[in-house]
Amino acid sequence: MDERPISPALKASALVMFIFLLAPLLVVLPISFSGDAYMAFPPSSWSVKWYGAIFADKQMTAAFSVSIALALVVTVLSLLIGLPAAYALVRLKPPGAEALGSLFTAPLLLPTIVLGLAILLVFAPLGLLGTFQGLVAAHLIVTLPYAVRVLSTALATLPIPVEEAASTLGAPPLTVFFRVTLPMMRSGMVSTAALCFLVSFDEVVLSLFMTGPRISTLPVAMYHHVEQQADPMVAALSVLLVFLTLAVVVIVDRTAGLAKTFVK
Amino acid sequence: MSAIALPARSARRIGPTGVVMLLLLPIALVNAVGFLWPVVNLLRMSFKETQATGALIDTVSTATWATVLSDSFTLDLIANSVGVSLFITLLTLVASYPIALYLHRSTGLWRTILLVLVIAPLLTSAVVRTYGWIAILSSQGLIANALLFLGITPPRLMFNLTGVVIGLTEILMPYMILALLSGFGRLDPRFEEAALTLGATPWKTFWRVVVPLTAPGMALGCLLCFVLAISSFVTPKLLSGGRVFLLATEIYDQAIVTLNWPVAATLSMIVLVLFGAALALYTRALRRIA
Repeated sequence: MDERPISPALKASALVMFIFLLAPLLVVLPISFSGDAYMAFPPSSWSVKWYGAIFADKQMTAAFSVSIALALVVTVLSLLIGLPAAYALVRLKPPGAEALGSLFTAPLLLPTIVLGLAILLVFAPLGLLGTFQGLVAAHLIVTLPYAVRVLSTALATLPIPVEEAASTLGAPPLTVFFRVTLPMMRSGMVSTAALCFLVSFDEVVLSLFMTGPRISTLPVAMYHHVEQQADPMVAALSVLLVFLTLAVVVIVDRTAGLAKTFVK
Repeated sequence: MSAIALPARSARRIGPTGVVMLLLLPIALVNAVGFLWPVVNLLRMSFKETQATGALIDTVSTATWATVLSDSFTLDLIANSVGVSLFITLLTLVASYPIALYLHRSTGLWRTILLVLVIAPLLTSAVVRTYGWIAILSSQGLIANALLFLGITPPRLMFNLTGVVIGLTEILMPYMILALLSGFGRLDPRFEEAALTLGATPWKTFWRVVVPLTAPGMALGCLLCFVLAISSFVTPKLLSGGRVFLLATEIYDQAIVTLNWPVAATLSMIVLVLFGAALALYTRALRRIA
């Protein structure tokens, strides 16, 4: 890369746009420490009471537990379903592998509002609305495409001679897979898991169609809360969520490299 | 003979095709039940009708399509959604371009830090970021209080289209920046140097060299942002307080509040038709650029 000097005009406009891009995330932190009863910026007094309010709010804590459990189940299932699929498509290359790959990633092309409605219309008569299983199924439809894509890339970039060496030395195919291929895919698996976890944990539109009075996820509970009153509790929750996301991102960065995961 | 072959028999019996099918079975099931069937069913639903009482009639007719396409409210809704989405796409492009170009030209650790700053909002829930915009735009928010401090009566920035446009532009910026960056590979600094050496002003170099070279990235970013803008739901709903009517918000209301599934399905199909149109336009634009 050569070091072309960057013009001051570009620097200034990039700075302004960066401020615009990060503004909504930056204001959330001070508001979460507001001592006011309603949302105002800047707050007139400071306190940590809104962090306490989260844990006193039964609906929010219940929704948080659902979201964590949901994201974990969805992540594990995405790996369990996505890995065999990626292996079949990349390594066994059946006829029409490319078309199948497109079909499996097609749900991502559909706008979530349309996909959400489509799933609602099918799941409603099956009694899956407002159930944990229904949420798992709905989330899987959007996490699996990511899982298949990232795992396929991971598989395609593995050095095949290592696996060939193992089989030449007499290891049966399953042993080769579990003792050689899988350990080499560690970073790809971590990226996939992190991506699926975050997609499921942040998913709001599909969940809005699938949740009801009986069960809610955290983003949906937050959405309904903001719809009624945008008080500083949501800011406190947002700060916690940003830190959770940050933790996941740091884990990915340490094991797989962030830039490699999101920008090819 | 058969006794010797026995241990390998089960594996041999399913064969390579069987193994592939076995490995693909789970994802095929999820895809069929959660995607293919629902989409076909959605199309089918748009050809059903509802009675005046709201009861669903199981027929095959174009009555719902005819009603939706002759209703001036829905026609306005479609026109508004397309117009607003195009405007937001343009704003997103203008706001994202400097960041993408700056990122493209920076190097090393600084570039990584900036990239993380671009990706961070993408990993944050749209609800959180929309809440942040409420904190900035509401009548008790950052801008209103800053303007009041300066003695200026703040304009209404929320619960109207202004808020929706500002919020969605910011929400979509990371997608645009990443799309632009993916297309900036063609931007060889030597072309710019050549133009500058041959006497072009930096401004002229930008418009005649940099912009044409980065046009494919811009086209991709615009396609992505238009598609995301016209189908976005959370940000318009929260920032407009239900006062701005767009296709996505109307689909949700028809599906959940009014419970008119055929109309919701028909509107969804219209969104998909608009998607197709955007994709066709993109393909044509790309052919002209390249």
